Amino acid sequence: MYRQQILDHYKNPRNYGELEDPDIEHVGENPMCGDTIKMFVELADDGDTIERVRFVGDGCAISQASASMLSGELHGKSLETVEAMDRDDVADMLGVELSPMRIKCAVLAEKVAQDAIAIHKGEADPVETTTE
Amino acid sequence: MSKQAETLDVERIREDFPILEREFDGTQLVYLDNAATTHTPEPVVETITDYYRTYNANVHRGIHQLSQEASVAYEEAHDRVAEFIGASGGREEIVFTKNTTESMNLVAYAWGLNELGPGDEVVLTEMEHHASLVTWQQIAKRTGAECKYVPITDEGRLDMEAARELITDDTAMVSVVHVSNTLGTINPVSELADIAHDHDAYVFVDGAQSVPNRPVDVEAIDADFLAFSGHKMAGPTGIGVLYGKQHILEEMEPYLYGGEMILKVTFEDSKWNELPWKYEAGTPVICQGIALAEACDYLDDIGMERIERHEADLAAYAYDRLREHADVEVYGPPADDRGGLVAFNLDGVHAHDLSSILNDSAVAIRAGDHCTQPLHDVLGTAASARASFYVYNTRAEVDRLVEAVDDARQLFA
Ligand SMILES: Cc1ncc(COP(=O)(O)O)c(C=O)c1O
Repeated sequence: MYRQQILDHYKNPRNYGELEDPDIEHVGENPMCGDTIKMFVELADDGDTIERVRFVGDGCAISQASASMLSGELHGKSLETVEAMDRDDVADMLGVELSPMRIKCAVLAEKVAQDAIAIHKGEADPVETTTE
Repeated sequence: MSKQAETLDVERIREDFPILEREFDGTQLVYLDNAATTHTPEPVVETITDYYRTYNANVHRGIHQLSQEASVAYEEAHDRVAEFIGASGGREEIVFTKNTTESMNLVAYAWGLNELGPGDEVVLTEMEHHASLVTWQQIAKRTGAECKYVPITDEGRLDMEAARELITDDTAMVSVVHVSNTLGTINPVSELADIAHDHDAYVFVDGAQSVPNRPVDVEAIDADFLAFSGHKMAGPTGIGVLYGKQHILEEMEPYLYGGEMILKVTFEDSKWNELPWKYEAGTPVICQGIALAEACDYLDDIGMERIERHEADLAAYAYDRLREHADVEVYGPPADDRGGLVAFNLDGVHAHDLSSILNDSAVAIRAGDHCTQPLHDVLGTAASARASFYVYNTRAEVDRLVEAVDDARQLFA
């Protein structure tokens, strides 16, 4: 499960940090594990294309590496494309088979991004924290 | 490295647990998750199959032969469990439930909801399992009572000075875990019972991690209530025990209503059955209860004192070996004074990652908060890894654990 790429993203997370004035900002946690991820997104002028993503977080290698990889993937995507992503996309991105118990860790970042977008678009009630 | 003055004939014992022979990708299982649940020895499995093959029937109501056999075995199982924990009142002091959690809830609902009110206090400890912590917390909310928590010291023991200050005449119940499922601390429950009784409070001992692995005598402790689970002591799932002093169980109201728990019913009113049946509404856990009695036999045949020594030896060995590296933090009291488990963290590796990597070496441990979230807050970590031992574990298996931790260390270096 811990192939080199995952460990690398865990030890050297990409796009790590906060954005001063993000268009979208949301935090999620997995209370059972204590994994947390906070995501910041800046949109292009069209209001729909993701221009910059940053995240901060804490937790297991799977959750943090997944956030790091996802932060790269999101770049240049439309909000709709992100909303249409599913668990398989995360599994493909990580390139490993995840046991049922660890899938929650892997999909936390994706869920944070999707909830953030839904709240931003007014499709979902604003919640303070996404819980997986 | 793995030499040990064997207190138990582990090789012989392991023959009773075929599950331990399982291999994953050619590597033999090392099962170190016994605080969560223990495996079931052949004699107990045979008791279960024998019950269903030869005398399965509903109890109490039947006149036919099968029902008589099942009834006698089920009732005698209560006596056997009473004997196992030194309850001289016999079956009348032993209620069969589903698990430790249900035993707690039984008292919380049957006694707590009726007796607690504003101004009353329930004293717990910071190392309580959610089974008691959440239960009393919620009952307190509903009744206006207040929960207080005895803090732990840096070594992971109860601060007994604080306990003496927290337990006052306002205290109605002291609920304390006997052996902590996270810290491995063995708490001075009889001292706490004395303090509680000086203030006319009851004491509820959570024996989930003590009854399975050491001699526990409820009367020596002077516990008013004691709860434990069959599945953590070589018995099946689906059976828990509530011990209660007879006079208290007599005074308490039932918790569940229905069949079996009544003597006489009219459209207007009902009279409760005698102890312990008053608390066992509906068709009870017949097979599981009988199997639990067999588990008591199995453990007594090995000897509870020897099991205690065996576990202490493994825990001390694991504690020392894990701490050979400075990047491992082990929680709780020192090696020579702990129950049979070690919870720890490897610096820079989340407990869930550690557990996944250990799983690749067929080493089964638990990772998470072990149902003690507030305690983990006190410890300053969201999760920990926990290895816990039972009668069939060996020092060689502890070595396998330590090697797998080394692997994780290298992978994450
Ligand atoms: C100390 C302690 N109390 C209570 C419980 C709850 O036991 P059960 O889940 O069988 O009700 C456990 C085990 O999980 C435990 O370790």
